[in-house]
Amino acid sequence: MGQEIGSQREIAQRIATGRRQFLRTAIGAAAATTASAGRVYGQAALRNRKAVVVTFGGGARDDETFAPDGQENIPHMLKELLPRATFYSQVVNRGILGHYVATASLATGAYETFNNFAAVSPDNPTVFEYFRKDLNRPMTDAWVIAPSNGFNGIGESVHRGYGKGYGAGVILPKRLLKAALAAGESTRLDHLLRDNYESPVLAPEISGNDFKLSQMADVLKLSVANFTAHARSLASPDELSVYIARQLMRQLAPSLLWITLHDIDIAHSGAFSLYLDGIRRSDRLCAELWQLIQSEPEYAGKTTMLILPDFGRDSDTDPGGNGFQHHRTGDALSRTTWLMAMGPGIRENVVIDRPVDSTDIVPTLGARLGFSARYSQGKALVELV
Amino acid sequence: MKASQLKPETFAAYPPLARAAAVQHLELLRQLPITFLPLLLKELISYDIKFPAERKELDHQFRYLEAMDATALRKTMSPFAELRLTAKVEDLDWVNLPGQFAEQLSAHLWATRQIEAFRGAVVEYVNAMNAARGEEPLAAHRLGLVVIGHGVPPAGSWQVFRKLRPHGAHYQKVDDRAGYETILKAIAARAARHPEPFAHWRVEGGMPGAFKADGLTTISYAALTPVRTQLQARISKGYDTAIGSEALRSALAKMKPEDVGLSADLLNHFQLSLLTEGSGTQIFGTTFVQWSAREIWRRAQPMTLLARFTERQKEDGSRELLSEARRAPALDAEGSLVDADMGAYYTWLNQQRLPGAARAKFLVWFENHGQALVIAPGIRKGTASTEPVELAKLVAEVI
Repeated sequence: MGQEIGSQREIAQRIATGRRQFLRTAIGAAAATTASAGRVYGQAALRNRKAVVVTFGGGARDDETFAPDGQENIPHMLKELLPRATFYSQVVNRGILGHYVATASLATGAYETFNNFAAVSPDNPTVFEYFRKDLNRPMTDAWVIAPSNGFNGIGESVHRGYGKGYGAGVILPKRLLKAALAAGESTRLDHLLRDNYESPVLAPEISGNDFKLSQMADVLKLSVANFTAHARSLASPDELSVYIARQLMRQLAPSLLWITLHDIDIAHSGAFSLYLDGIRRSDRLCAELWQLIQSEPEYAGKTTMLILPDFGRDSDTDPGGNGFQHHRTGDALSRTTWLMAMGPGIRENVVIDRPVDSTDIVPTLGARLGFSARYSQGKALVELV
Repeated sequence: MKASQLKPETFAAYPPLARAAAVQHLELLRQLPITFLPLLLKELISYDIKFPAERKELDHQFRYLEAMDATALRKTMSPFAELRLTAKVEDLDWVNLPGQFAEQLSAHLWATRQIEAFRGAVVEYVNAMNAARGEEPLAAHRLGLVVIGHGVPPAGSWQVFRKLRPHGAHYQKVDDRAGYETILKAIAARAARHPEPFAHWRVEGGMPGAFKADGLTTISYAALTPVRTQLQARISKGYDTAIGSEALRSALAKMKPEDVGLSADLLNHFQLSLLTEGSGTQIFGTTFVQWSAREIWRRAQPMTLLARFTERQKEDGSRELLSEARRAPALDAEGSLVDADMGAYYTWLNQQRLPGAARAKFLVWFENHGQALVIAPGIRKGTASTEPVELAKLVAEVI
């Protein structure tokens, strides 16, 4: 067994090395060992800093992204984002590989152990609670946009020292759309409401901190009619999420925004072409968000953007899995993923090979925004602080 | 219940062959740790509806474990015995509901971060067991045949066989005017030469058509439409009632062929399992063919497998995808080609996991597009040929 774990580490290292080699070829990225950030991100500006985190629920494998055969699927990340980014080639997720529990673990910086399919809140304080309590920020300054029902507990933990009153507002665009549609109309927009039965969509609907349709006009300055009209022009749930993100950024300009994309998880249906479509769409949407950050005065020049899959997917060679379709084996490929970090003070065109942990995200955000992620199991990434 | 408390009557609810096997191996079962035993019973309880190859494997597993003395058995089982369980998991009825126990065990191992230790233990155990078995000679080499591209227009942008090219010879000018029947006739003849139960399979995305051959076990996504629409209705109902993902999957896994109007024979048990245990097999024909090929290789371990991918339905919302009962779905030929190309690669990978891989042969044909790829001993890997060649000749080389 020791050998097995050892070999898993070796595989993870090989994955990272493969990514670096490819990045060098593709964009001429410099490999860094341990280099600190550009240090232009001085303490004085702490209060104005913002962060946008984008996670891919339903990881994408190297084969379909950073490997030579996969590069055609991520043109925006390669050409527009990587030259602006510090890229971590080996982010290891040691937790449960279910999308809700894994996303919650990313958001708390601690491996949550609850049932992935249960509509519950995390045990450990979320990044939103640290941010709001330590920095005394209002609820309107921290938001989560998550795919659908099942993620509505993600904005706020049940931790005694934090919890109620310190969480983020949670927007579930699919639930909003469903509520907005007149009876009979949902069939025509069913493609925006889709989910697969591997996801928590079938969890009983519970109300929590999630955003209600009635708040849309007040908060997003968006009428139900305009919302549904725009939805008709969109192709996927993730496009709907990014549309909401755009509204939110323009109307409220929250300092901490967390967006969980989920189209890639169509892979569970076994259709490889649709999985590739999901990757291409996520690639495009990430670039659109980065462009939005650069073009909005409230965000330009002061926003950290982090992009990472919540975890990977099974390798083709593990007989226990079925390749890209699932993430059930717990093999190295399904646990090892990457992180792209961009923003002021972050070195550009740099690849970091050393293994880091997916729980390191929250302490890193803490270091950049000025709060303490005291219950997190991770460590701030020295290259980004 | 503890393993040491097992008695012959404990297995009273098991089907006849499974019960007899449990009683026969009772002494062994009593010595196994709770983290391993229910997983063995999960296989054993379905002994009566297993393929001959699966029964042989299970029989070998019992022989392998029973050949050990107490010390060796303890050592072999120690990685499993070291895993920690809660009383709640241990107290489940793992004798009669080993499948449910396995689900709970899996959740527990993930939650307690013991899944890697468990995974390592399983890999080590399976490798040792397979090494002890040796290889039984096959009557003929194993043969995989895959047909992709049905309905795809002539000028597509997808380059086929991307993953397979490094492993075989790519023929780019194939005279395939004789068509699919070339392959059907060849495998029918092969099945006649080596008549064994469940040794020769044909998986169809579409309807099987008029061609019939003795000795070929045939399953078809299109022919299973009445069963699939019933399952689609159940899944839709799960959406309506917010039953929960795990509960829905458990409910599907418990279904019997009789529940969807099929007789309770071995083949129907297998076909139903493809639709209830596979993900996406209820809605996408390409997924069904790929998953079926994987499960046929893994479970039936046949000598011959032909898998033909056809067009799957277009991507849509969940409700629409689950609505075949009320409308004929629109098809996505180009997306299906991409799915099928990957499916062909996975079919080859799964074939190569079986004994006899060094002698095995594989052919994939891009239907009516004049391209094929052959992987076989003696074939130069990573080569491409633009010399004209007849499909029948390539088939004859691998058959």
